[in-house]
Amino acid sequence: MITKDAEISDAPVAPAPEAEEAPRRPDKRRRAWDEVPRWQIYLPLSIYLLFTLIPFYWILLFALREPGSTSLVPWPITFEHFEKVWTERSFGTYFQNSVLVGVATLFMTTIVALAGGYALARFNFRIKRAFMLALLCSQFVPGALLLVPLFQIFAELRMINSLGSVIIAETVFQLPLSMILISGFIRNVPYSLEEAAWVDGCNRFTGFRVVVLPLLRPGLIAVGSFAFVHSWNHFLFALMFLSNQDKQTIPVGLNTLLSADSVDLGALAAGGIIAAVPVVIVFAFIQKWLITGFSAGAVKG
Amino acid sequence: MAQAAAVAKQPAPPRRRRGSATPRRLPYLLIAPAALLMLGFIAYPVISVFYYSLQHYNPTKPWRNGFAGFDNFVHAFTQDPQFWDTLVFSAKWVVVEVGLQLLFGLALALIVNQSFVGRALSRAMVFSPWAVSGVLTSAIWVLLYNSQTGITRYLADLGIGEYGTSWLSDTSTVFPAAVVADLWRGVPFFAILILADLQSVSKDLYEAAEVDGAGRIRQFVHITLPHLKDAIILSTLLRAVWEFNNVDLLYTMTGGGPAGATTTLPLYIANTSVDAHNFGYASALTTVAFVILLFCSIVYLRLSKFGGEDK
Repeated sequence: MITKDAEISDAPVAPAPEAEEAPRRPDKRRRAWDEVPRWQIYLPLSIYLLFTLIPFYWILLFALREPGSTSLVPWPITFEHFEKVWTERSFGTYFQNSVLVGVATLFMTTIVALAGGYALARFNFRIKRAFMLALLCSQFVPGALLLVPLFQIFAELRMINSLGSVIIAETVFQLPLSMILISGFIRNVPYSLEEAAWVDGCNRFTGFRVVVLPLLRPGLIAVGSFAFVHSWNHFLFALMFLSNQDKQTIPVGLNTLLSADSVDLGALAAGGIIAAVPVVIVFAFIQKWLITGFSAGAVKG
Repeated sequence: MAQAAAVAKQPAPPRRRRGSATPRRLPYLLIAPAALLMLGFIAYPVISVFYYSLQHYNPTKPWRNGFAGFDNFVHAFTQDPQFWDTLVFSAKWVVVEVGLQLLFGLALALIVNQSFVGRALSRAMVFSPWAVSGVLTSAIWVLLYNSQTGITRYLADLGIGEYGTSWLSDTSTVFPAAVVADLWRGVPFFAILILADLQSVSKDLYEAAEVDGAGRIRQFVHITLPHLKDAIILSTLLRAVWEFNNVDLLYTMTGGGPAGATTTLPLYIANTSVDAHNFGYASALTTVAFVILLFCSIVYLRLSKFGGEDK
């Protein structure tokens, strides 16, 4: 899949002829796909949807029904569990911390990866191949297994118990893949567009900002939301580096609820919903870009 | 490596005149922030893991600290049955998870790539667990599996199984229970990547195959699968590494139990370093894990002839 990248950047005009031909062929295309009997789509899809949705329903049920109830319908509805988790279990504080970590990681990852990705896409320089190799190899480095040395580094930097340590650690482990993806996206933008901008009097930076950046939007949304969702969800770094309760993040809070001797299921469910809402919103918003972003940069290039 | 090769095949960007707006330092300046972050927070920790793997290092037993040679490695391979148990369990976990995720992910991608009524909504719904974290997955499935008000209670109401069954605390059921929970979250990953790649299959190929009288199964085997080959190889490899390394789900769901039945090697390493403070030994185990991962990845890429036919 990666090798196809070269074809794409070689022939940026390739999609055009296909677009011209398209109107001639719609019936033929539809006929080819209409052969699949409908039940062969809907039956497996419904079974899989049940498998996907029952767990979601289950957590909603536990979060909304009254304590001690065993009804399968959350009625009468109660928000008691949410109030309890938000105040008594300090999910309000965790939520703020998680948002801070997520947004900071998003911006740091995108900006650093954009700079590096541009260099990889547009320049030949001496250590480029070595650098690309290092990016790929870093994919094999498990963050979980580096917890102890990372802890020592942050202790040296006096950053234990500060959200900065988690933001840096999350960013670092997001960077390699983000940079590879972004350099793929940039390579898909014809270099001649940028050169035309320079002729018109732009310098390299304004040329990039005016011409390339708008075209990168779907890709950057995919990469940025990836970074946000990952740092929102990831829990080991926060668990290790943040010991003060008022600094912890949502996944750590959930783990605390999970590892209690007798688990308060209602609180756990409500906490889980609070953890899920932001990522579900982000996901619903970016889903379309995710597929196009991937097919533009990740999988083909 | 494949990426580097692809880069080498790229046409060289036009050479710039000397003294133009672009100094030669620019690419280095642009990669500097990323390179510095990675040196400081990935390369340096990796090197220190290698260093500590040759040391006795345990802050709670400082009198033993010092150079150990290969003692830690010898101990792991000869005197630590738990190392072997966790290694075998890791292999089992990775193979079962990645195999099933690929199978279901591929099937799901093929289904939602068809055009049918309600496609956009079904896509959004079946992909949604992708965004759910390991900890939240644990929370959801602990709610489903709990012995008092979980799904077993309602199954028992219907006459299936017994009341009070707890799949997560029984060594014979904990593995399938954890596998299903991780599948729920992992299948969308494959489905999304494969769907993205499916959209780039040229429709002409199918039309040509149709004209030649090839049925849907033959079209799938001869057109779709070869097209997806590289995507499948790379995503299974990345996912296998990820499944091996990721401890979120098992750590929070089973804690490696009951009775160590679901302890993977990374989980064992985390316990050795965090709970037992045996950093030297944990570093040696980490080094072994690195080497195993690297070796398996190279063998896998060789055997699967990644990127072979296109070139």
